[in-house]
Amino acid sequence: MAALSETPLLEARGLTHAFGGLRAVDGVDLSLKRGEIHALIGPNGAGKTTLVSLLSGRLPLQGGLLRLEGEDISALPAEGRVRRGIAYTFQITSIFPRLPVFDNVALAAQSRGARDLPAAVAEALDRVGLADLTAQEAGSLSYGHQRLLELAMGLALHPKLLILDEPTQGLAAGEIARFTELVRSLVPGITVLLIEHNMEVVMALADCISVLNFGRLIAQGSPEQIRADAGVQAAYLGGEDAAG
Amino acid sequence: MTERGKILLLHGGVLLALFAAQYLLPAYHANNLARIMVLAVYAMGYNIAFGYTGLLSLGHALFFAMGMYGAGMAVWLVEWTALPAIAMGLAAGAVAAGAVGLLALRTAGVSFMIVTLMFAQAGYLLILYFARYTGGDEGFVVEAFGRRPFGLDLVQDGPRYAAAFCLFAVALAGNLALVRSRFGRVMLAMRENEARSRMLGYNPFRVKLLALVISGLYAGAAGAFYAMLFGYVGASFAMVQYSILPLLYTLLGGAGVVLGPLLGAGLMFYLIDIASGLTSAYLMVVGAVLVVLVLFAPKGLLGALRERGLKWLP
Repeated sequence: MAALSETPLLEARGLTHAFGGLRAVDGVDLSLKRGEIHALIGPNGAGKTTLVSLLSGRLPLQGGLLRLEGEDISALPAEGRVRRGIAYTFQITSIFPRLPVFDNVALAAQSRGARDLPAAVAEALDRVGLADLTAQEAGSLSYGHQRLLELAMGLALHPKLLILDEPTQGLAAGEIARFTELVRSLVPGITVLLIEHNMEVVMALADCISVLNFGRLIAQGSPEQIRADAGVQAAYLGGEDAAG
Repeated sequence: MTERGKILLLHGGVLLALFAAQYLLPAYHANNLARIMVLAVYAMGYNIAFGYTGLLSLGHALFFAMGMYGAGMAVWLVEWTALPAIAMGLAAGAVAAGAVGLLALRTAGVSFMIVTLMFAQAGYLLILYFARYTGGDEGFVVEAFGRRPFGLDLVQDGPRYAAAFCLFAVALAGNLALVRSRFGRVMLAMRENEARSRMLGYNPFRVKLLALVISGLYAGAAGAFYAMLFGYVGASFAMVQYSILPLLYTLLGGAGVVLGPLLGAGLMFYLIDIASGLTSAYLMVVGAVLVVLVLFAPKGLLGALRERGLKWLP
């Protein structure tokens, strides 16, 4: 039964969400294989953040179906999906700034019922390289460190799927390189869905790329395929007129 | 010394000082202190909701009054003895908080303040309306048979102080354990960043409801003891002032600090006591103190202390 083990980790069918008359996400199908880094790209306003909000449960589905490991999770609220293994890190850094770094990560670890909190926190912080900052107030960390803390909070949940929403936004070049390494080290233990503007990062990391434009999926494939895709080029360059 | 050691030493020391105070202070001040301890327990409950979980309620008088009437009416109407009557008061406070929370927690911020205020006013009016069972605006006296656990009449100075001290000690220990527990951390998370907490797998409604029920349990306990220790149950305790008082105590002493409510209740009590001896416009003195507080120590006295070095203060 080889086919059974090929069940995708996450399977989305016909996801739809409209804000008023604007269909921000319009019938998107998406399938994430276990252990892959899957990148979601698209021009500004293509509906990327809306789409991941539907996946994480921050926005309700208006149409479509969502399965995690074959189980229907369409109606689960966000916190329920987190408990099933979908972790989401925010596009705009969202931590508990007035709590120590330890508590930030401990909140994630205790949410999945970790017995030994100090160990669980140390494990996650070690992974991102913040182990010596546990006692510091999270809000006093540098921006780059706050992004790493977000990631550590995601990892401490021991997720099956980690959704990273523009993780390298605002980072310096050196920090981006380190971040890229870090994300690569997560697979295949964790499946990663990466929303990213930085094409270098996307091309370096992604096994598979989905391209979104005007709320619809316009292409899907390996980095090479996407690079060669005329439709994608048109979307990014503003249509054939601009390209010509 | 470890953080845990410092915390035990400080809070143990406070309890020891309070215990010794009944032998050291003249009767007038000892009685004041008994009242302050009961009010501090009420404010501790308020602090659990407001200081730790970020729920600014203006309706806690309802929970205090439920504790008071729950205990008092159990004695007055069905002639229960003190211990079961007190238990009834605790339960009444917690149940009222749960019921109000189920509805009010659908809102947040200013709406939450208004909805809780409205519930408390409705409770106050119900007490007046059902005067046959509640004594209306005159209230009623808790009779001697209903305030004598273990043969000690709680309105006498010695037993009154002992009972207030026991309540306070248990409440303090419970509060410490709560805020240092895993759930205590989740309460803080709700206060600090609710959206992030949800994305860490917590249901904000459930967390806030539980915090509010614990808060109501404290308020109910304080109300029940107040009825027993001072032998009187009255509608004035359900008025809006009694919702504002714990807020003031907490703000003055330090919101989100376990000892804040005790310090705030003590200072405010004596401030009013002294100022009202000097002038009939004592509320102006209270107002001036609050203005100074907001200007120079917006996080309360112990909150300011925590920012200036005592970071371990729970």
